[in-house]
Amino acid sequence: MASRVIVVTSGKGGVGKTTTTANVAAALAEMGNKVVAIDGDVGLRNLDVVMGMENRIVYTLIDAIEGACRLNQAVIRDKRVENLYMLPTAQSRTKDAVTPQQMIDVCNELRKDYDYILVDCPAGIEAGFKNAAAGADEALVVATPEVSSVRDADRIIGLLEAMEKSPIRLIVNRIRRDMVKRGDMLGVSDVLDVLAIDLIGMIPDDEAIITSANSGILLTASSGSPASRAFKNIAARVAGEDVPFMNLDSNESAGIFHRIKTMFGF
Amino acid sequence: MSFISNFSNLLGLGRMGRAGKSGDMAKSRLTLAIAHDRTDISPGTIENMRHDIIDVIKKYAEIDEEHIELDLENDKSNGYFALVASIPVMKVRRTRGSL
Ligand SMILES: Nc1ncnc2c1ncn2[C@@H]1O[C@H](COP(=O)(O)OP(=O)(O)O)[C@@H](O)[C@H]1O
Ligand SMILES: [Mg+2]
Repeated sequence: MASRVIVVTSGKGGVGKTTTTANVAAALAEMGNKVVAIDGDVGLRNLDVVMGMENRIVYTLIDAIEGACRLNQAVIRDKRVENLYMLPTAQSRTKDAVTPQQMIDVCNELRKDYDYILVDCPAGIEAGFKNAAAGADEALVVATPEVSSVRDADRIIGLLEAMEKSPIRLIVNRIRRDMVKRGDMLGVSDVLDVLAIDLIGMIPDDEAIITSANSGILLTASSGSPASRAFKNIAARVAGEDVPFMNLDSNESAGIFHRIKTMFGF
Repeated sequence: MSFISNFSNLLGLGRMGRAGKSGDMAKSRLTLAIAHDRTDISPGTIENMRHDIIDVIKKYAEIDEEHIELDLENDKSNGYFALVASIPVMKVRRTRGSL
């Protein structure tokens, strides 16, 4: 199988890029793929703490680019999830420490050793985004069901299309079914109507994500929560499996069938 | 969606006030914001265009200026945006070329 480089992006900050990168990477690894997650947010690194690896960083992506170490010396192996790796970035540098060409080179070198390379993108549409996206073939766009987030996602999708990333697929995060049901939140079908790209996943708003981030233990490893099922399904769809989506029409009556779909469908 | 309905939403006179459906309001605001973003036409430019269009049409017809609607609409079937105008005509002026 040819390796795939996938950038996880959004435009707006705080919508779940880092959470998604870490947990989808873990879910892909649990499926038996060799996966590396790259922290593309130079100067504001976060992937290390979300993945519980902050105390194990010796070298970073920037050290490797500057020749202070070899690339594989900067990559950290996850102790809990087999086949999962993380490439940290520097915290004390700015985004001009990397160029798009250097990111392309790094991604291409990693292709030799990994099935999936996921790049966690910084917020914004400037240099940080362009660097993180430079080496990627395809993109996962994360949006929450809010006007500002979906609007920014639309802007990012335009830029990704101009960069010829394909496929570009959407993840709607932090869905609150209770609010959607009573008409106080955009539904996934509303977001899809507006953005007109393919959906690859829906993640519920779930406390388990916060406790997972608190402990630095990835969700898929502990499992059982609605969000962990959502990440597992996204990983399976990334890998090309045909996992059915839950019914997007939230206003249907809550029969037993509906409840089953709600439990397993995300 | 028209300027008029959008304006009433801004004032809280739309669905928000009646049924508490802020989700609907989110969708209409989002659709309009993205329509403007994608075409790069600002709401101010639309307003200027509206004035100019009115002036041109007034040369040929008497129109109800109060009830003109002009906005960008998203045509889902082909992904394009359309500039849609609804202009109530009261009376067509006689021009020299007409029979
Ligand atoms: N589905 C979710 N349910 C609950 N909390 C979430 C969810 N997704 C993200 N969060 C929380 O939102 C915050 C921002 O998420 P993060 O992944 O860091 O966003 P980004 O990388 O886009 O800035 C974090 O505190 C995270 O734990
Ligand atoms: Mg982040």
